[in-house]
Amino acid sequence: MKVLVPVKRVIDYNVKVRVKADGSGVDLANVKMSMNPFDEIAVEEAIRLKEAGKADEVIAVSIGVKQAQETLRTALAMGADRAILIVAADDVHQDIEPLAVAKILAKVVADEQPGLVLCGKQAIDNDMNATGQMLAALLGWSQATFANKVDVDGDHAVVTREVDGGLQTVKVKMPAVISADLRLNEPRYATLPNIMKAKKKPLVEQTAADLGVDVAPRLTVVKTSEPATRAAGIKVGSVDELVAKLKEKGVV
Amino acid sequence: MHFGLTEEQEMIVSTVRSFVENEIYPHEAEVERSGAVPPGLGEEIKRKCIEMGFYACNFPEEVGGAGLSHLDFTLVERELGRGSMALTHFFGRPQNILMACKGEQRERYLLPAVRGERMDALAMTEPDAGSDVRGMKCMGVRDGGDWVVNGSKHFISGADHADFFIVFIATGVDETPHGPKKRITCFLVDRGTPGFEVRPGYNSVSHRGYKNCILYFDDCRLPDAQVLGEVDGGFAVMNEWLYATRLTVATFSVGRARRCFDHALAYAAERKQFGQQIAKFQGVSFQIADMITEIDAADWLTLSGAWRLDQGLPANREIASAKLYATEMLARVTDATLQIHGGMGLMDDLPIERFWRDARVERIWDGTSEIQRHIIGRELFRPLGA
Ligand SMILES: Cc1cc2nc3c(=O)[nH]c(=O)nc-3n(C[C@H](O)[C@H](O)[C@H](O)COP(=O)(O)OP(=O)(O)OC[C@H]3O[C@@H](n4cnc5c(N)ncnc54)[C@H](O)[C@@H]3O)c2cc1C
Repeated sequence: MKVLVPVKRVIDYNVKVRVKADGSGVDLANVKMSMNPFDEIAVEEAIRLKEAGKADEVIAVSIGVKQAQETLRTALAMGADRAILIVAADDVHQDIEPLAVAKILAKVVADEQPGLVLCGKQAIDNDMNATGQMLAALLGWSQATFANKVDVDGDHAVVTREVDGGLQTVKVKMPAVISADLRLNEPRYATLPNIMKAKKKPLVEQTAADLGVDVAPRLTVVKTSEPATRAAGIKVGSVDELVAKLKEKGVV
Repeated sequence: MHFGLTEEQEMIVSTVRSFVENEIYPHEAEVERSGAVPPGLGEEIKRKCIEMGFYACNFPEEVGGAGLSHLDFTLVERELGRGSMALTHFFGRPQNILMACKGEQRERYLLPAVRGERMDALAMTEPDAGSDVRGMKCMGVRDGGDWVVNGSKHFISGADHADFFIVFIATGVDETPHGPKKRITCFLVDRGTPGFEVRPGYNSVSHRGYKNCILYFDDCRLPDAQVLGEVDGGFAVMNEWLYATRLTVATFSVGRARRCFDHALAYAAERKQFGQQIAKFQGVSFQIADMITEIDAADWLTLSGAWRLDQGLPANREIASAKLYATEMLARVTDATLQIHGGMGLMDDLPIERFWRDARVERIWDGTSEIQRHIIGRELFRPLGA
């Protein structure tokens, strides 16, 4: 079985984001970019499936600007076998919307015929949480989102999902789209031997136009603004004082 | 000329950086507080580093290392330099002088060191012989086929965790027109060798938890099989293998300065006095401008020294310049960062006072600033007969 893992190049989670002066978005010029952390978890899970003998090949795919190559190299250095880059924008500030990404992925799936698409539940830049679901719909495949545990067994997979207030276990027919949640696994560091090998692994490049997908935005960003700053807290000297303060505020 | 990193180098840098941020930073406060590496943590860092294939990455592939070039390795160490030395010590980088191991020494010292099974420490300095290495008093005397060693070494870093020691010992004296000159031999000494003892050293303001020890030799008997290199060939192995270690100090200094700088930059942009961000005062922003200029200069100087080694070009003067400039830069950058933080800079709630303290030793070990200047001057003037 082939596993396809879509990975997105996003602003590094350690970077303190700055809103552009005109409010049109977040400043990405000269900012450290990394693989979306949920996608890293998806890559890790796919590699584990391969190590467990349940997958034969792990293919990473990224859609966006040319620089997403670096993100794919990271996936290769973690242990993916090969990579596909779909260039869909040349301005780093242009975000490709979930529907366009899902349509492109559907084309890649048609070409590659994977038995499983393992993606991150959402990208930490715009938190859309939509691509995996849209892809499953376009393909007519089963889907299991927010995976906390994945057990692939022949023609089906048992997936434990993180849902409000607990966990839910579902059994889905393969092929399927599974999206990774935070606690699915702890991604490995790239190993030095794999870093050295990554360059030699195949990375093919196509464009969205090659695949006939229109990536023109359908959503309009009205305004981007900094979150309100939190007011400073206070220190209390004892539990009694804490309880008194909470009562005062009407919280308890 | 090309100033960019290759894709591999970019990945090496980002991998080591995230390792340091995720596996080292979270434990630093505890090391500072307790002055020691929490039990088991060193082993855990070591295990992860071995799994990642980074352990002993400075060694050639034929002995089990990763065969990194000097430049690649300098980049690895630059990122390690950001973290606490007590902890990054376990991101193992055995002394490359072990490549001088011959015959069964390879199985006993070199290969286990590369595999992370045995840790090493290097001992040259003595209470009465620091910069003047040749002035050492620790002496080996022939007795049968063995050497009987007496004397001591101090300031020996990492000795608390070392399984064996690479020790420079005087093994004779030559009479020369300039007076007596000691012959030096390098020995491999196992912990537990009779007559050899490792005792706790001093407490240092720099690098808490990264301990130094005192080594005592009391009629310690060492056979010729323990000689690394040739008898009386201590300076030869030292010169062949040890002069690149100054690049370690230089690149560590650059990494730490960059981490420190990020604090200075963020604080200057946030802290408000007189109704505005302090970065708006030129008195502050000019300090920041000088800092980044010096950091970049030290970074390039250091990387170019490593590059020269890879090209097989003479590098002694350049490496001395890198060690000198990077460590003095670090002192200025940490001091200015502290100044920009005002009183808070001195408090151990922030890591700034630690960066400032840690910076101090860099100008002293691996050859003081004065010794580096001496080397630079000698390299420049010797050809001129001065
Ligand atoms: C924390 C720590 C860890 C260390 N770890 C190790 C280790 O693992 N192994 C090891 O072998 N050593 C180690 N050292 C020793 C270190 O390399 C020496 O401290 C250093 O070489 C200086 O020697 P010294 O301290 O005896 O100073 P000295 O040599 O006594 O120097 C005193 C002063 O005189 C100056 N001076 C000396 N000679 C000259 C000259 N010719 N021209 C101008 N000025 C001169 C020096 O620059 C210095 O300012 C460590 C030191 C420290 C502080």
